[in-house]
Formats: sequence, C-alpha cells, structure tokens
Amino acid sequence: MATALAKADDVEVVEYAARIEHVSKSFAGPAGQQLVLDDITLDVAPGEFVTLLGASGCGKSTLLNLVAGLDQPSAGSIATHGRPALMFQEHALFPWLTAGKNIELALKLGGVPKNERRGRAEELLELVRLKGSYGKRVHELSGGMRQRVALARALAQDSRLLLMDEPFAALDAITRDLLHDELTRIWAETGLSVLFVTHNVREAVRLAQRVVLLSSRPGRVAREWRVDIPQPRRIEDAPVAELSLEITDVLRGEIRRHGQH
Amino acid sequence: MASTETKTATDAGSVEAGLDALETAVAGRTPFRQTFTSKILPPLVATAVVLVVWQALISFKIVDDPTKLPSPADVGNEFKSAWLEGKLLGYIWTSVSRGLLGFAFALAIGTPLGLLVARVKFVRAAIGPVLSGLQSLPSVAWVPPAVIWLGLNNSMMYAVILLGAVPSIANGLVSGIDQVPPLFLRAGRTMGATGLKGAWHIVLPAALPGYLAGLKQGWAFSWRSLMAAEIIASSPDLGIGLGALLENGRNASSMAMVFEAIFLILFVGIAIDLLIFSPLERWVLRSRGLLVKS
Repeated sequence: MATALAKADDVEVVEYAARIEHVSKSFAGPAGQQLVLDDITLDVAPGEFVTLLGASGCGKSTLLNLVAGLDQPSAGSIATHGRPALMFQEHALFPWLTAGKNIELALKLGGVPKNERRGRAEELLELVRLKGSYGKRVHELSGGMRQRVALARALAQDSRLLLMDEPFAALDAITRDLLHDELTRIWAETGLSVLFVTHNVREAVRLAQRVVLLSSRPGRVAREWRVDIPQPRRIEDAPVAELSLEITDVLRGEIRRHGQH
Repeated sequence: MASTETKTATDAGSVEAGLDALETAVAGRTPFRQTFTSKILPPLVATAVVLVVWQALISFKIVDDPTKLPSPADVGNEFKSAWLEGKLLGYIWTSVSRGLLGFAFALAIGTPLGLLVARVKFVRAAIGPVLSGLQSLPSVAWVPPAVIWLGLNNSMMYAVILLGAVPSIANGLVSGIDQVPPLFLRAGRTMGATGLKGAWHIVLPAALPGYLAGLKQGWAFSWRSLMAAEIIASSPDLGIGLGALLENGRNASSMAMVFEAIFLILFVGIAIDLLIFSPLERWVLRSRGLLVKS
C-alpha cells in the first residue's frame, strides 16, 4: 500500500516542494489598501512537514490560498510542482456523492482512467482506515471520519504538496489526537510535503519538523523552530510541552505588541 | 520517520475503529405500522370527516338545494356514469397529456434560461427582476392574448402553460445556484473543476435541491394555467379536458358535474405531485442528509 502511494521511483530530484519568495498581499479594505502579508519568504523541502503558526490576522489562510493558486499575490512569486492539494477546516465533501465517489471525482479530475478509479479510491479509504465506507453518504459519517475522507480525497489528487488549513480545529480533542497520529503515519508512508496552518501551538509542535511563527497585521515570518523530537510523538510528551511553552511565550510577545499602540 | 508503524500507531487504528463505531448512528427502517399511523391514517381521517359533514348538510336539510350542493351520492353517480361511458379516463388524459407535454417544453426553455440568468451578469440585470415579477402575475391573464395571437387550439394552451411555468423553473434554478456554498466551489477549484467542468461536477449537482423546488412549483403553475385556459377557451375541436368538463357542467346547470370536475382537477394535481415530484425531492434531500426523520 505504501509503495503504491509513494511512487518513490519517479519522484524527480527537486530542491523544494513550494518556494515562496518575497510574497506580499494586500486587499482593498474600508481604510484603503490593507497589507495582509508582508514580504514572506519560505521554502518547503520535499517530504518536509512545516506548520505555519500565528494568531488571528496573521494572514496564514491567505498565504495558503496563494500557494493553492486560488488567489494571486500582490508582489513576489510562488512556485510549486503542479497543483497542490488543499484541505479545509470544514470537510468540504460533496453531499450528493458517497465517500468513495468524492474520492473518485478527485481522481477523475486528475485524469485517472475510469477502470482504475474504484480500486484507487478503495486503497485510499483503507489508508485512512475507512475500509468499507465506500458507499457511505457524507452525513452518515462522524466529524473525524469526514475529515479522513477529505484527507483521502486530497491524497487522490496525487499532488506532492498537501496544504492543510486548520483541518482539525473543529474536531473534539479525542478525535483530533487520533487524527494527529494518522496524519503523521500517512505523511511518513507517502513521503508528502505538508504545509499545515494552525493557531494551536501544541498541535504545531506535535506534527511538524519545522514551525514557522507569523506575526500579525501584517503577517511576517517572526521566527522559526526546528523540531527534532523523534516521531511518533504525543501531544502530552514533555519535550513537546517544553517547546510549546517557549513558542507560546514568543507568540504572546507578538500579540502583546498590538495592544500597545 | 521510516518506522512509524509502531505500537502507538497500530493502537491508534483500533481506538479509531472504536470511536467510529461510537459516533456512527445506527439507522433502521421505520416499521409499516408507524408509517401507517403517522402518514397514511391522518389524510384518510380528514377525507372521512369532510364526507360526513357534507352528507350531514344534505341529510339534515341544512342545504336543501341540489343545484347549489349536490349530495355525495349524486357526485358519485356522475363519476360512475362517466366511467361506464368510458369517458372518465379520456377527460383526465386530455388534460394530463397537455399538462405534461407543456411542462416538458417549459423545462426545456426554463433550464437554459435559468442557467443564463444565474451565470451571466448582464442577463441577470436585464431580465432577472422581470422573471421573478412574472411569478406573481396570475397566468390566467395570458389566456386572452394567447387566444388572440394563436386562436383556439392546442398551441394556445401550451403557450399559457409555458408563460406560467418557465419563470418558476428558471427562478428555482437561479436560487439553487445562488445558494451553492462558496466552499464547494473552492474545493472544486483546488481539484481542477473550473469552467464547464466546475459547472457540471459542482455547480449543477449542488443546485439540484433548489432546482427541484422550482420544478415542483412549475408543475403547480402549469396545471393551474392549463385549467384556466381550458375553462375560458372551450371549443369542440379541443376535446374535453377537465377544465372543459367544469365549464360544461356549469352550462348544463349540473352541480354534480361541476363537483366531479373540481375533484378530478384536485386529484390529478395532487397525484402528479405525490407520484413524481415529492419522491424525487425526498430522495435528493434524504441522500444529502437534509431531510430529518420526524
């Protein structure tokens, strides 16, 4: 299963999965042009797991939209290999299709021939441990199961880069914990690059190899941390808690600046 | 990183299976008894009550004038003789075939029109308000001009049906498309569903519930317009539909025949809705989890 998904042989040798160079973005607001992202430069290496961390107004979702190609930067450039897959906080599964058909639609739009789709969809469902849910309707699945189908659908796009926009924020703590384990496992099995946006510091440390802290209004890269704690980690592990504490202090410092003008 | 398939990970799998089982509701079929008492019995009781009250009005001579209120038995006899003469199904078929064919035309015109209004800004600004305004124009108003333009024939009937049903169908599709959640469009775009592919795979299926509501209303409007046209424009060449039957009853001062026609019109309208549109709508809503079992 792992080999079928990873396709380790035909990966070209590239130095980045996403290259974000001097990217700025401003929107027309009530008080004229409002700068949301200011000169962001960031590389995601192939196979790397990076979390983007920040408080409200840091433009992390805006940045993800730019990388996904849903919007254009006002300045700077973004390079990816092909169209990245994107997962949202809401599962965004289509309610008129079954779980399996949702995945097959992504395969179809990605140009996978008709006779291979069913098998691939079953394979992906098995990867997210939802074997036997092919014919289930979206509303028959629990929140955690929906996000796993959404993950399978994102993986079906066969992109080397997976963008995740707070995908577990709406889930209960027990389910979120389990999905962290699943995501770590799938990331390791598939060798994907992941750019994961969150405002949850512990989640960021639990998952990532590198945590990038964005400042708010406008969003700038404030600081970066390498996370060398070996996987599998748990969110309660002492080293995770320790680093989370350090990052939280810096994050609070960033937030505090906004109360001082 | 290579060996994450360790104990914690496999544990996660079994915990997850347990959680999935806990969080998945077990849905069973409702027993027939329950369906009968909650869905079938109430309308039967209501019908029985109406019949009893009606019969009581006659029996106790509260209304003692058969030209105003015929007895249920008189109306029953009217049905029976029409059936025995072999005309009853003919009346129904004349109107229903007209209604369904007219509705099919309305569908073929209303759907592309709705798509245009929903997707092309200029078209929406130009005819959008007129289209919703037309819904409040009683379609009987179209009968006199239709007769003048087209004469007393079937084309005039179809014209009246079209003018009644096309706005409903087009408006239903427009509001269906307007209500497609933007998240679906974004999700579609990240998967490469843009332009025509996006319209086919995302926009149209997402708009289906609104479209179906429009079809349902469109049918109701078609049927009403057709009855108005048949009552006003009766002519021997047109054959006897239900509207013409009603008009004939009035001319013959036969209140029983008038009642017969009214019942048939009501019955056909309800039957088409119950047999075609309601099941379709319920199926679509249920498969999307939008219909809560009560």
